Amino acid sequence: MNLDFDKRRRLIILFITLIVLIYIIRLFNLQVLNSDYKTWADSNAFLKKTLFPSRGVLYDRNDKLLVYNQPAHDIMVVMRETTSFDTLAFCKAINITPADFKKRISEIKNKFLNPGYSSYTPQTFMSQLENKEYGVLQESIYKFPGFYIQNRTVRKYNYRNAAHLLGYIAEADKQDIANDNYYARGDYIGKTGIEKSYESCLRGEKGVEILLRDAHGRIKGKYEDGLSDVAPVSGKDLTLSIDIDLQAYGEELMKNKLGSIIMIQPKTGEILCMVSSPAYDPSILVGRQFGSNFLELTKNPYMPLINRAINGAYPPGSTFKPAHSLIFLQENIISENTAYSCIGGFPIGGHPACHAHASPLSLTSAIANSCNAYFCWGLKALLENRKYGSRDAAMDKWRDYMVAQGFGYPLGVDLPGEKRGLIPNSQFYRKIYNDRWNALTIISIAIGQGEILLSPLQICNLAATIANRGYYYPPHIVKEIKDVALDGLYLHPRKTGIETEHYESIVKGMRSAVTGGTCRGVNISDIEVCGKTGTSENKGKDHSIFMAFAPKDDPQVAIAVLVENAGYGATYAGPIARLMILKAIKGEIPESDLGLEQRIKNTVILPNVVQKN
Amino acid sequence: MSYRKINIWDNLDWWTIALYLTMVVAGWFSIYAASYDYDRTGMLDWSGRSGKQMVWILTSLALGFLIVMIESDWYEIFAFWIYFLIMALLLLTVFVATDIKGSRSWLVFGPVSLQPAEFAKFATALAMAKAMSAYRFNLLEWRNFARILGIIFLPMMLILLQKETGSALVFLAFFLVLYREGMSGFIIFSGFCAVLYFVLSVRFGHVFWMNETPLGEYLILLFIIAVTLFLLYNDKKGRSRHSKYVLAGALGVLIISLIIAGYVHTYKLTWIALALIAALAVYAFFLFIKYLSKRYIVIMLFSFCSLGFLYSVDYVFNEILEPHQKIRIEVALGVIDDPGGAGYNVNQSKIAIGSGGLLGKGYLNGTQTKLKYVPEQDTDFIFCTIGEEKGFIGSFVVLALFFTLIIRIIFLAERQRSVFYRIYGYSVAAIIFFHLFINIGMVTGITPVIGIPLPLFSYGGSSLWSFTILLFIFLRLDASRNARL
Repeated sequence: MNLDFDKRRRLIILFITLIVLIYIIRLFNLQVLNSDYKTWADSNAFLKKTLFPSRGVLYDRNDKLLVYNQPAHDIMVVMRETTSFDTLAFCKAINITPADFKKRISEIKNKFLNPGYSSYTPQTFMSQLENKEYGVLQESIYKFPGFYIQNRTVRKYNYRNAAHLLGYIAEADKQDIANDNYYARGDYIGKTGIEKSYESCLRGEKGVEILLRDAHGRIKGKYEDGLSDVAPVSGKDLTLSIDIDLQAYGEELMKNKLGSIIMIQPKTGEILCMVSSPAYDPSILVGRQFGSNFLELTKNPYMPLINRAINGAYPPGSTFKPAHSLIFLQENIISENTAYSCIGGFPIGGHPACHAHASPLSLTSAIANSCNAYFCWGLKALLENRKYGSRDAAMDKWRDYMVAQGFGYPLGVDLPGEKRGLIPNSQFYRKIYNDRWNALTIISIAIGQGEILLSPLQICNLAATIANRGYYYPPHIVKEIKDVALDGLYLHPRKTGIETEHYESIVKGMRSAVTGGTCRGVNISDIEVCGKTGTSENKGKDHSIFMAFAPKDDPQVAIAVLVENAGYGATYAGPIARLMILKAIKGEIPESDLGLEQRIKNTVILPNVVQKN
Repeated sequence: MSYRKINIWDNLDWWTIALYLTMVVAGWFSIYAASYDYDRTGMLDWSGRSGKQMVWILTSLALGFLIVMIESDWYEIFAFWIYFLIMALLLLTVFVATDIKGSRSWLVFGPVSLQPAEFAKFATALAMAKAMSAYRFNLLEWRNFARILGIIFLPMMLILLQKETGSALVFLAFFLVLYREGMSGFIIFSGFCAVLYFVLSVRFGHVFWMNETPLGEYLILLFIIAVTLFLLYNDKKGRSRHSKYVLAGALGVLIISLIIAGYVHTYKLTWIALALIAALAVYAFFLFIKYLSKRYIVIMLFSFCSLGFLYSVDYVFNEILEPHQKIRIEVALGVIDDPGGAGYNVNQSKIAIGSGGLLGKGYLNGTQTKLKYVPEQDTDFIFCTIGEEKGFIGSFVVLALFFTLIIRIIFLAERQRSVFYRIYGYSVAAIIFFHLFINIGMVTGITPVIGIPLPLFSYGGSSLWSFTILLFIFLRLDASRNARL
């Protein structure tokens, strides 16, 4: 072969040598000749500074500012950069003792308490410095190498109300950081309420600023003139459907009582107020006092951190009777004129009992007088009706109607932790009664007792459904997100599948309950209120429940009031609803009702509980 | 065929083994430094990267021993079997692999993950060597050449399907071997031109020089003019006495056009360059008529094909490629920064290396790499740690080690009597060189960021095993170079 293999071999070796030489020259240039890289990198040239976006602020439905931000300052420390300095002066500047200082430093270094610790990265030495201390430290920070001030914002509240709805923010814990890599240690995250459910809207997007430092840690300006910096994006502002004045009034009425008030605008599903009592001042869960205040709230035996309006589940008592009646009417079990007799209660088994009233009663009067026997007869007739083929089929039909009315599942309110309540089906009873049950076994569900559990929100939603004559919008608290459309869930009505004419019968009954039935105390001369009382039996004293809507033909508000252990529905829940309706529709309380208002405010109904320690 | 009894251990090239061990141990120390976390785990903590790498190193040594114990003929006999087995594995991987960071190239066996693509290198080298050492094989016959191309491109395609572009590109290294074995240098030159045109036109596609001249296009046109002039001027037979004048004239036109553009009136300089290319082509045609030499047709063809390729790259890139593919290429070439910042990463890597200075910051004292500014700093970017902590001296030593290893392997390959042994040896050298070329080029900002490991240094079992197998098979073959009579 006369191919020039030798020449080729030499060419290949030459090529390899050339490339290696080029690389060596390149490296020599990078590492020895060019000093830019050294100055950049000397004692970690870059300081990546997080730019925190301002969190979205919250307004009420009348554009009153509820929650906004205020600047706060954290002290950060990079352990590797700290050299000996005047610890005493430092402690004096931020008003701590040298012992505190030592303790804090050892906490930072403790990998058990601070798993993300690295001596190269900034660690939070102290968060949310007071303004005065910030001023002092700002002037002398250059004396303390390794310490930096990080600016961020804290929540500020204009009102002392609606703490359950607004929720609070706190430092993201390990779990939060593991779930979403947006968060780093020391970041804040919504923990409850709106702050949690709208976290992704409110938080915005963090930015980053890359700064260059020299060997002494002094900032020398921006890396590449800020080319790689990312500006933070502010969080979105929210407008709530809450009327903060109404909310405040409700909280005042509920003072020293346990329970909740919910008011919904039936036409839209917007929640006008949601009171859970006992309440607390949202501003106590901010800043350095967070820890101690939070601990105190958790120790309180009345559990103020619970939002009873959605986290509570109660037997609805007689407020459940309209829901039953609607099913009976729709399924032709009764007509509006069907009458059942009642002499002191349901005769079979002598339970449940009933109070004294005329007998027999038609549907309207039965609702107005809250006759127990009527609904027991109705339920018995439904469950024993042959058209369903079996008891179980009838039971499940009943359950489907209940679910369509908004019971048994969360309504989808935009607050975290909504309870679903309990609407049993045939399978449920088969299990607990070992298949040996009939209408009489479970007759107490006819009067909203037994296994039935509803959240106060679900009771209020029932009032809204009746006010709308057959549909509801899922209740929600955020009315508007700036620049973003509201979740479609809240924009479409849900129908119950029960005809409007049947609702008219119920409305008639609830109207006569106010004008001449169980809740005459709620009758307001110039507002046509329709209402239904309820008395929820439980282990302790009965809960007083009342649901209503008004005005009858053009409903503006639907309301549910629940006062724990306050007895009969008309005694406390009714009058509170009356005041709330007056406040919501008239804007103020007429003079004639000021006495009632005073009496309610002064009432204390707190069950004795053993103080937990 | 008869055999002479030889002692393998005496005939192993211990120089190469010493280089191998030095590099593996240095790599292990670098990995420890790269994944070192201030006051954290020890060197042999098995949950840490350095602890795991120790396991890989020990298993690699066992693997090397095993390879040496196998009869050298077996590699030749089973070359195709091994090749097709690995190809089947690659194909299987395409379908069963789970998505890890966008690549579907990992097979997971409990705690161990392996990348079959790494093992395709030695298998392809064996198959290629076997095919080319066949009796009466002639690379210049197109049938034979196509077979070899098939052997090289099959694993490339399969690896591309696994979205491991970097590992697929490694197979281009085999062309260096083909060149050694007689493939026309023109093919390598064409490939080089194609890559150059593509990179220049995309990289500088949006850069305008003196307001109006598209820089990428202009640079390529200048390159074409330069090559044409070189070919015309290098006409040894002295047929063209005008060539001196042609050279001077062309340079004059270029300089004057530049001066006019710079000082008098700006205009699109590419028109002048195109006119010049056309004029040179006409001149070449004139020479062809005069002397009837094929050489001048080749010169004309070169400029026409170059122009054709250049403008079709533009068209393909702008009209045919999907936007996301465009962005990928642009990011790889550093035209645009992606949010994570390919450009930012290279900058970080350059700063880490550059901050090392002459002597480095000292072992475990690197700040840039400790602060995790550099991405993938124990795998593809392992060189940053060396550059930062050991300085220019350290970088130089590492490059020198690689250079010695590659040259040593070429030397060993050239002393083989068997064609199979020689081609396999060249393949080993070419693969190691290609890795070195791309990896060091990437961390120093010369070549685009193509994620392939630095042989024997980067963390990773598949990579270390694959290079061990690659190298030790060759050492085993070399040891019995005199066994055959």
